[in-house]
Amino acid sequence: MEILVCARRVPDTSENEITLNSAGNDIERDELVYSVNEPDNYAVEEALQIAARIGGNVTVVTVGGEDDEEILRREMAMGANHGVLITDEAFSGSDGLGIATILKAFVEKGNYDLILTGVQAEDGGAQVGGMLAAMLDYPFASLVNSIEVLEGRKLKISREIAGGDKEMNEIDLPCVLSIQTGINEPRYVGMRGIRAVASVPIPTYGASELAVDPRSVGGAAARVKRVDYFLPALGKGAEMLEGSREEVIDRLVGLVAAKGGLK
Amino acid sequence: MVGIELAAQVTPWLASGRTLFLIIHLLGITSFAYIVARRLVPLLRAEPDLRFDQPLARLGKVLKFGLAQWKHPRYRTAGIIHIFIFAGFICLVLRAFYVLIVGVSENFVMPGLSGEAGHIYNLITDYAATVVFLCMVIAIVRRLVFKPARYAVPEKFGKAHIADAIFLLALIAILMVADSLFAAARAAGQVQQGQSVELLAAWSLPWMLQSLLVSSSLSALKDFYFGAYLLHEVTFYFLLCYRPFGIQFHVETSLFNLYFAKLGRGTLKPVKYGVSDEHLDQVKSFGVKTFEDFTWKHMLDFYSCADCGRCSDNCPANAVGRPLSPRFITIKARDYAFQHYPMFGKPDNHKALIGGIYSEDEIWSCTTCGACEEECPLLVEYIDKVVDLRRGMIDDGNVPQSLQKPLKALESRGNPYGKMEKKRADWVNANDFRQTCQVKTLVGKSKADTLYFVDSVTSYDDRIQSIGRATAKILDHVGEDFGILGTAEKDSGHEVRRFGEETLFMALRDHNAEAIKATGVKRIVTADPHTYNALKHDYKDMPPVEHISQVIASEVKSGKIKFNAVENGNNVYTYHDPCYLGRHNQVYDDPRDVLDAIPGLKRVEMSRSRDRSFCCGGGGLMLFYEPKEEQRMGVKRVQMAAAAGANVIVTACPFCMVNIEDAIKVAGMEGKMTAIDLAELAEQQIARGKPVVKAEQTAEIVAGR
Repeated sequence: MEILVCARRVPDTSENEITLNSAGNDIERDELVYSVNEPDNYAVEEALQIAARIGGNVTVVTVGGEDDEEILRREMAMGANHGVLITDEAFSGSDGLGIATILKAFVEKGNYDLILTGVQAEDGGAQVGGMLAAMLDYPFASLVNSIEVLEGRKLKISREIAGGDKEMNEIDLPCVLSIQTGINEPRYVGMRGIRAVASVPIPTYGASELAVDPRSVGGAAARVKRVDYFLPALGKGAEMLEGSREEVIDRLVGLVAAKGGLK
Repeated sequence: MVGIELAAQVTPWLASGRTLFLIIHLLGITSFAYIVARRLVPLLRAEPDLRFDQPLARLGKVLKFGLAQWKHPRYRTAGIIHIFIFAGFICLVLRAFYVLIVGVSENFVMPGLSGEAGHIYNLITDYAATVVFLCMVIAIVRRLVFKPARYAVPEKFGKAHIADAIFLLALIAILMVADSLFAAARAAGQVQQGQSVELLAAWSLPWMLQSLLVSSSLSALKDFYFGAYLLHEVTFYFLLCYRPFGIQFHVETSLFNLYFAKLGRGTLKPVKYGVSDEHLDQVKSFGVKTFEDFTWKHMLDFYSCADCGRCSDNCPANAVGRPLSPRFITIKARDYAFQHYPMFGKPDNHKALIGGIYSEDEIWSCTTCGACEEECPLLVEYIDKVVDLRRGMIDDGNVPQSLQKPLKALESRGNPYGKMEKKRADWVNANDFRQTCQVKTLVGKSKADTLYFVDSVTSYDDRIQSIGRATAKILDHVGEDFGILGTAEKDSGHEVRRFGEETLFMALRDHNAEAIKATGVKRIVTADPHTYNALKHDYKDMPPVEHISQVIASEVKSGKIKFNAVENGNNVYTYHDPCYLGRHNQVYDDPRDVLDAIPGLKRVEMSRSRDRSFCCGGGGLMLFYEPKEEQRMGVKRVQMAAAAGANVIVTACPFCMVNIEDAIKVAGMEGKMTAIDLAELAEQQIARGKPVVKAEQTAEIVAGR
């Protein structure tokens, strides 16, 4: 099976202190450290596990700049067979639809049976997967948390629905799935693994290679524009439960149950 | 000796005794040689291990831990029994050879043991055989009646080993009886024939047997004599050939295991012997993934283990119900070797160990505290094996999710918490601290004699920063010209390395080493034993490194540090030895000397202290790992402190502080027990300016008035 995973490089939320820039229209990006968007990493792991089970190739693609090559190397160190960087001046500032347009052009150059994306980018809006599927006229399922390959170019997948319940579906190949975290346990990649793939060439594609009309993508064509950023105001502090140990436990159990955490 | 024929001259069945015994000799020796050769097969396929250096130091180990049985008295009863058995065996070595040879060459006399020397030697061996026999009886009774808990085999690790152990003990007992009977029958025969009698040692086993036999007929004595010899012969060779199939192989292997034992404390083996750091990238696979990835010495460890259970009896992971028992790390590997390298047929090798004989959690459960290695009488190594197995898992990407984030953060931010590099030195800016103590950052032209290497937990953890500030204040008080690396410092990588991430460790080490060299400092001080161990053993060409407890102890001696008396004379203090200060670096006395220099401080020892200290739960990345356990190690440790009658635990390691303070809460002992770092306590007690407490008062407090 030929599997394509669309991945993205984002500021690592666990390793950054997010602050606004002085203009207040973006976050301060000078000292950020980046990593692969976490759900995308689960998608790559899932693709690798499927390929290991039934055979096939895994390609990881990202739309971005030179710096984004870093995450492709990391995913290749995990075991992805190919990494592809889609980069063009004309692409910068694209909105979700723009990214989907670019990815669609790339998908059509290949022959992919299964396209995976992360459920959402940590700095994004969970839009690209669905739009890409629609543009390709492929079936789409979101929040996928298990995949089983069936006979006859079909998959059996489960989707996470409210309350953590699972909904089982059958879906035809080729299709696009957005992968929920927790579907697997992604393998660890250290510096050694990345160094081992450091010299593997990563092909790049631009607007001309993909035959994308530059006017249909990029900042100018974006119909969704970021106008502001703000940090939520701090709410009041944590509620401290008081009383004897038993009372505290009873109240805590009551609170958790009231929020649907216990059944 | 005419009447009673020598064993060699007897013609029992078809062949003469001489022929029979010659056949047994040849059969026994050939079988043993074949068995040992087969046992060596995996060692020849193993990874290299460079242990042929420092012959004198190695010989010293053999003398101390072998001949002098150094570790044995740590377990009083079993240890003393073993010392007797060992001493008995040593005495009996020459006799064993003599008895074997005499079966084929009846007039053989051991060189140097003719005449008077021979008589004396015979008396010694009479008693030696008796002692060994009695020890076997005691050992069997212990296992059958008293059943020490450490011999038990938990269900998950398979069947009990008791039958095998008793079988082996019984074989040795039979050997001793046969040897004694052989001597007794001969002496009884000599008595009956009125010949000059070889004197037997009074009340020894041969002496008692002789008293029983002396009235038997000469022909019966002949049969006894021959039978005893045959029994001795058969038992001896059976035992010799059976030993390589179980725990008694250590009789043969221990000499080699001790000679090739690890020499450096606190160190780790390289990923691959003979490959420099620069060439490591070319090594295809890191760590131990299959049995053949162990080094030959580590395989020798597996053969040498005597299954005494002392390692697991001291292992904190085992004590709190984690899925790790060091004893079974060895036993399972030995069983694997026996099964996959059979006596006949082809070896069946290269099976994955993780998921095969070991579980992932078993290998991640180790805190590398070293309690197992400290206890092992045969110097079997565990930490290097655990780290090698982890290197293998890291290389395969097989790492718990809970550890992946901190490892990634160490890679991108130089600390496991993912905190900003620029905030690394923020702890020096606490308002009240800044006013009393200025800490230099050694960048560019800012120079100092001493570097205080702070490390990640002390830099970023709100609670632990207090240890950093106390350390700085102490250095300041003694007039030390010191500074820190500030934002140029990254995690020392001590735990990174022990968790098997060698490549990341090397990056951290190279970064820090360069930063340290750029400062031109003459020495390094740290308050973190893990950092201390890393800089001392994992880094190369560093200036001398000292732990803050050593600095305080020496400045107390020099008189630069004087302490005020403790305010609350009712408090009882106990010192908890951090693994990487105590066991791994042998700093036991300095922290205690510091405590004892504080007037009025009452100090008690926990039953597990010094080299038997009980790990608090582990440092660095171990704080992120989510172990499967019934209880926290820290809780057990806090209970040990309470049992010793203490209400203040003094430690000298930031991670011990984190774990013990948590454990006090978990154990519900808040208000009854507190924890304080040695640096914090010392800084708090330092007498600044003119002495606050006069000598007389101090004397009163010390006297408890």
